[in-house]
Amino acid sequence: MPVTAIVPDYESYVEIRDVQKNFHGNILVFVHWEQHLSFCSAIAFPLPPTMPFDALVSDVIAPHYAAHPDAAKIDWTKAVWSIDGEIATPDFNASLVENGLHHKSLIRFWTPGLPGIAYS
Amino acid sequence: MSVKKLGLRQRYEHMTRGLDWETSYQPMDKVFPYDQFEGIKIKDWSAWEDPFRLTMDSYWKFQAEKERKLYAVLDSFAQNNGQTNISDARYINAVKLFLTGISPEEYQAHRGFAFAGRHLRGAGTRVAAQMQSIDELRHLQTQVHTISHYNKFFDGLGEFPHMHDRVWYLSVPKSFFDDARSAGPFEFMIAIGFAFEYLLTNLLFVPFMSGAAYNGDMSTVTFGFSAQSDESRHMTLGIEVIKFLLEQHPDNLPIVQKWVDKWFWRGHRLLGLVAMMMDYMLPKKVMSWKEAWDIYFVEAGGSLFQDLGRYGLKMPKYADIATEEAEHISHQNWAVFYQYTHAAAFHTWMPDAEHLDWLSAKYPNTFDKYYRPRWEMWAKMEKEGKRFYNGALPQLCQCCQIPMAYTEPGDPTTICFRSSKYKDDTYHFCSDGCKDIFDAEPEKFSQAWLPVHQIFQGNCGGPTVPDVLNWYHLNNGVDNMDYVGSPDEKIWNEWHAENTRKAV
Repeated sequence: MPVTAIVPDYESYVEIRDVQKNFHGNILVFVHWEQHLSFCSAIAFPLPPTMPFDALVSDVIAPHYAAHPDAAKIDWTKAVWSIDGEIATPDFNASLVENGLHHKSLIRFWTPGLPGIAYS
Repeated sequence: MSVKKLGLRQRYEHMTRGLDWETSYQPMDKVFPYDQFEGIKIKDWSAWEDPFRLTMDSYWKFQAEKERKLYAVLDSFAQNNGQTNISDARYINAVKLFLTGISPEEYQAHRGFAFAGRHLRGAGTRVAAQMQSIDELRHLQTQVHTISHYNKFFDGLGEFPHMHDRVWYLSVPKSFFDDARSAGPFEFMIAIGFAFEYLLTNLLFVPFMSGAAYNGDMSTVTFGFSAQSDESRHMTLGIEVIKFLLEQHPDNLPIVQKWVDKWFWRGHRLLGLVAMMMDYMLPKKVMSWKEAWDIYFVEAGGSLFQDLGRYGLKMPKYADIATEEAEHISHQNWAVFYQYTHAAAFHTWMPDAEHLDWLSAKYPNTFDKYYRPRWEMWAKMEKEGKRFYNGALPQLCQCCQIPMAYTEPGDPTTICFRSSKYKDDTYHFCSDGCKDIFDAEPEKFSQAWLPVHQIFQGNCGGPTVPDVLNWYHLNNGVDNMDYVGSPDEKIWNEWHAENTRKAV
């Protein structure tokens, strides 16, 4: 349904601020550790699309969740992943793009056996 | 010949509608270019019932009298060092949230009503909107004057206009009003006049003004009283607007219903900040957010919509979801600010034992199960010297711009994720309510200035947190972080140590 505007060509004035080219070669990726609501929401990162998935895990995801008491116990080989709403088995040696990620993709992961502290 | 004095009503008619005329040099549609594109049909502007018959001269007289009283109280508050008699310096953080998050919106409301007061065709409607416009400007001014006294002693207040345009969580109220003000005049009147100033107003003003009264902040209470008669005028205007639009033409109903749905949900999201203030930031509590929601929305809102049912208007969409969220929203928001305390212009803390028990008693269905364990874990980490911070930036909702911290309806253990595609890009939302608003006008909301994304694009002073705080004019290590260890706490303790010495 189109916007209700006083000008007929509203769309020609639209400036989308978050298009990929504004991120200096990076894509935006959102990451969320399920059942660990101490982290109040998913967290956001601008990342090179060529970054290998295992670097995403070891250099981005792991350090940012390290403050949680469960973090040290994560076995990444057992983690369950979802990319943009689909359960996925990421190839850790392949890049983000090769794993199907795009600008503003959402990665959610579960760590079986680590249900947080009452989901926190 | 003796001149007869006009009656009040006659006088009012002359001073408002009597000053209006049909233009002849220019067609009326060119003089009032904004009041048709929204699709609202008005058959008879003169059917507008003026909810209050106030003329400009009596308006000035009345307001000036209230100002004299307010400023007399402010003077005596300052002379008596009223700031030392508040319940606790933690309370000032509620005042900081008010000045940075609400007062600039008084100004936005002033601008919006000035626009409506120019662009609506009916003279009665225009006069009412113009008076509200002046009220809103006066509210901003008196709030700034009232709170300026605290600025001499406490941090986080001095840069409020600058912060409003830049700080991540202040983009929530800012974008709310930007949305309303960039809509047409009728949507603005429903958004702010009806949804905000009528339906939800008690949930904003009662918590802050009662909070001030309970916590010894006599100056803010007095401001509240001085605004009260304005607020009741605004409420009457809000209800008159909706009735007028619904009575004018049956085609208006679906448009008005869509706006009511939208602005109820946007208002509910915005008021989550008030919910957090009420449950967490008031040293002396008024009532819980859940209780306030039940009284002012479930009961009062329920009977309002029963009344409006005769026009065919229904309860706002997702009202049931909002009521379910009233059990959670204050806790979820406080969790956001606690972990991002380094980027907030007010102080945070974990509730003490007494406060935890109050929360358990007020939220028997949810607090002990979902939130107490988190607070206890964080308090323990704090004791061990490992105070919990979130070192990354949060994913924001494209519509309300709040971190996506809200949980699935019916499942408080799972974050609610929603998304839409628009022109090959993905947009993320915290709820069905926010997704629906985007989907109705993706052209508008795809342009959102999301603070987190702006930081990544390099538009906010630099890549590090101190760079961004500097760009916010947020005094790092002073305005932000926990209350314990803050300069606010230090000055408060000094005042009270002095009192104890004197007493001995």
